[in-house]
Amino acid sequence: MNWSWFHRLASPPHVYALAARLTPWFAWPAALCILAGLWGGLVLAPPDYQQGDGFRILYVHAPSAWMSLMVYVTMAVSAAVGLIWRIKVAHAVAASCAPIGASFTFAALVTGALWGQPMWGTYWEWDPRLTSELVLLFLYLGYMGLRAGIEDTQRADRASAVLAVVGVVNVPIIHYSVTWWNSLHQAPSVMRLAKPAMPLPMLVPLLLMLLGFTLFFVALLLVRLRGEVLARERAASWIREVVSA
Amino acid sequence: MNGREGRVAEAFPAAPGAALAVVTAAAADRSAPGATALEAARLALLRDLQLAFRKRGQLVQPLAFFAMVTLLFPLAISPELSRLRELAPAVLWIGALLGSLLALEFLFRDDAYDGTLEQYALSGQSLTALMFAKTFAHWLLTGLPLALMAPLAALSLGVATTALPGILLCVAVGTVALSLIGSIGAALTLGIKRSGALLSLLTLPLSLPVLIFGARATQLAVHGASLLAPLELLGALAVLGITLAPLAAAAAVRISLE
Repeated sequence: MNWSWFHRLASPPHVYALAARLTPWFAWPAALCILAGLWGGLVLAPPDYQQGDGFRILYVHAPSAWMSLMVYVTMAVSAAVGLIWRIKVAHAVAASCAPIGASFTFAALVTGALWGQPMWGTYWEWDPRLTSELVLLFLYLGYMGLRAGIEDTQRADRASAVLAVVGVVNVPIIHYSVTWWNSLHQAPSVMRLAKPAMPLPMLVPLLLMLLGFTLFFVALLLVRLRGEVLARERAASWIREVVSA
Repeated sequence: MNGREGRVAEAFPAAPGAALAVVTAAAADRSAPGATALEAARLALLRDLQLAFRKRGQLVQPLAFFAMVTLLFPLAISPELSRLRELAPAVLWIGALLGSLLALEFLFRDDAYDGTLEQYALSGQSLTALMFAKTFAHWLLTGLPLALMAPLAALSLGVATTALPGILLCVAVGTVALSLIGSIGAALTLGIKRSGALLSLLTLPLSLPVLIFGARATQLAVHGASLLAPLELLGALAVLGITLAPLAAAAAVRISLE
């Protein structure tokens, strides 16, 4: 089998051009999925018999929470690839992931708090899932703070990669310890929607939103990756050709 | 501070420099790598302890900080012992967490400053073993004193004397995990100026499980119940830290020295 397509992924000019070509292939399907999911979730799906229309924030909250974790894992995996095989592009991918992931985490926290107001009667409840989401936000902020603190790009890449790998080992430990901590204090909260029992008209828009958010993340990542590559390779001669063309 | 260190080194020319020389020289003899790694770790540990005991002022700082934090709670909440007793686990663990965080700054800073870390990295010895030795020394100098002081602080918060051995044990085990987690953060922030806030941002989220299980164990001890379950989880965290944290810290130190 010919692996040259794979090896070329380590070359910044190739990745730059590839990201530019691939972006629309992710951005348009993402827009379609999100629009269809929103229409299905906000208009077609019936109101919940307990929560009324309040539950509809789920269609933004759940995909954001899902993405916040997936982006962290993506970031850690590409950071590890960069650390082990010393591939600059992998570090650029990890660096591009962090702000996107932090934004998804923030969105999940805000929508969770807004959902909490009608459901629990309070904006913030020390629910285990919300709490571990908050810790995840701090993990992202620490990663970005470490990157910002080190001036030399290569050192920042490698140091933050170590942090991302340490973080990804710790995420499950933190999650389970927080769950364990909270279950000692209060009974299971209203959040337990009994997911599999969700009726189809509610579930299909949610799955569409999940797919849409994932595609949206990839599109964003490709755009940010081009910016990262441009900033890192600003001294290279191929940049001049790309910019003048 | 450097001037003072210089004077101390002049007054006691033998030990720390000699230990470093042995650590470096041990690299020449690679015939039994396992033995030399252990020997190098032992020497690094002794060197750190010796250096620390020459600057006793710094040793007392985390303890004084811990006592201050304990003092703040009764002043901020109320002097009623019955209420303080309920809060004692939180007070003790937040104090221990912040105290060990404060001490992390001393873990690598002086050695990075005078080039000792560079010599360690170049010595050909296992940097992981040396990192473990340094972290262990750090725990002996900050974690263990904090654990010894925790029963005193607990007593002042109205905790019954029967609970004190349990508290001592869980703070001792928990601070092992805290020192190891902290060593990664301290190594990552080595080259960064004014890294205090960043160090806490990196270290605190990773320390949350220790805080949760430690506070829970202390709570059970205060109520006179068996604290075995959370204590075992604390021990598991410490063992996980012992196996993985020195590896990550060594990688981070190498990156910082590049």
